[in-house]
Amino acid sequence: MNVVMEAIRNIFAYDFLLRAVIVGTLISVCAALLGVSLVLKRFSMMGDGLSHIGFGTLAVAAALGFSSMAISLPVVIGVAFLMLWLGDKGKMRGDALVGLMSTGALAIGVLVVSISGTNINLMDFLFGSVFALAKQDVQISLLLAIPVLILFILFYHKIFAVTFDGTFSKATGIRTGLYSSLIAVLTAVTIVVGMRFMGALLISGLVVFPPLTAMQVCKKFRSVVLCTAILSGRSFFVGMVLSVAVPNCPAGACVICVNLVFFFIFSLAGRIRTIVAKD
Amino acid sequence: MALITCKDLTLAYENHIVVENLSFEVNPGDYLCIIGENGSGKTTLMKALLGLKKAKYGTIEFGDGLHKNEIGYLPQQTFVQKDFPASVYEVVLSGCLNRSGFRPFYTKAEKQKALENMAKLNITSLKDACYRELSGGQQQRVLLARALCATQKILLLDEPVTGLDPVATGELYELIDHLNHKHGITVIMISHDVSCAVARATHILHLHQSLTFFGKKEEYAACEICSRLDSGEGGGHHECCDGSHS
Repeated sequence: MNVVMEAIRNIFAYDFLLRAVIVGTLISVCAALLGVSLVLKRFSMMGDGLSHIGFGTLAVAAALGFSSMAISLPVVIGVAFLMLWLGDKGKMRGDALVGLMSTGALAIGVLVVSISGTNINLMDFLFGSVFALAKQDVQISLLLAIPVLILFILFYHKIFAVTFDGTFSKATGIRTGLYSSLIAVLTAVTIVVGMRFMGALLISGLVVFPPLTAMQVCKKFRSVVLCTAILSGRSFFVGMVLSVAVPNCPAGACVICVNLVFFFIFSLAGRIRTIVAKD
Repeated sequence: MALITCKDLTLAYENHIVVENLSFEVNPGDYLCIIGENGSGKTTLMKALLGLKKAKYGTIEFGDGLHKNEIGYLPQQTFVQKDFPASVYEVVLSGCLNRSGFRPFYTKAEKQKALENMAKLNITSLKDACYRELSGGQQQRVLLARALCATQKILLLDEPVTGLDPVATGELYELIDHLNHKHGITVIMISHDVSCAVARATHILHLHQSLTFFGKKEEYAACEICSRLDSGEGGGHHECCDGSHS
């Protein structure tokens, strides 16, 4: 217990740790809220695909000596649109498409990093490094994460309607294309910002885990959304504390494992509730 | 003036024509059944009426103060909805969104309307129930209440009794009748169920390739084309007639 208290004290004592917690919590909440819609629309793997694309573009940007955000943000947003569009047209199955794009981008990224000989730590790129966040990163993250939250709250009811029944919404005059695009852009932004500390391979966990966990017990959309937001923030904090308390414990992996534990607890609770309700 | 007037309407997917030269009109208070076999263009026609599909030739006009986004629509259920965590109230209320523009919340009047429509369809007691845990018939009533939130005048129903047991089917038909007779809501319904359509509708639109029939149901029963459609040529839809007694 002392170790945990010590870790929490450390987080609030060191600037770089506190920065990581603030940015991480914000990004976790954004990713999870968007995840509610993505998971329900069977687009869960979109986050995974986008983060791999993000990895590829980061690698190319680093090799060419450009600022990573300036290249990866527009490219990832573009790919998010492409995925939506191809998914709607039914030209190619969504899951196959994501598989194709993500492994392709990952392979290109690894090749570029290896051949160009830039001194990039591949492990940091793939699995993230919470402690590498500079002050500037925090500003960019805040600048991007806060609009994501505000837009989500403003369009909450529309996002619900479009997720629940796109055809009905469209037929009754709601601009479904606009809201689907909004979700795609916000997801792309969140992924690009988040993958710097969570890593390309782990960031999509922030999109998928909290909504799925909340859906094990919640029966209303609003409670799913609230529960998702709280869960994702909590999981991130607990994960961070663990990674500070236990030596050699990478934060990204810790956060995802905490999410995993929550998922099992919630699904057990959901099971028990159904069994009790039947009796 | 007619609520909806279709003139020489031709609908096509790329170059494959599904509906050709169709003209009909729907007046306030009508109960129109669109019948025909699979692939006869029923759903395509409905998409066109909802503005989800453009006409290749011809026009669809809305009159009598009906706006394009004021059509209440009961779509067929999608697989996404089967395990969707949402309360009945949340689903019904979402029907009100078509008038909200960029306003991010519901007004009191809209919440009131949602409650009224739930009362109309006898689902007030299910207000806080989870949508995915309801029976098929209850789910259809929830979606019907949502459709009523989007419209004052007209409902478009796409095979509303698909997958329902005979009791729930009968109840749903009764409710639709009630909305049409008592509340004066115009109904356009796609149906497989010819006998039921003839029993309940005021007008029939029978799509069958280039042979189509549009008129009052009394005319339909006596009409020559349809007796020809019903025997021999009609193929599949005989089974539907025989299979359903409501």
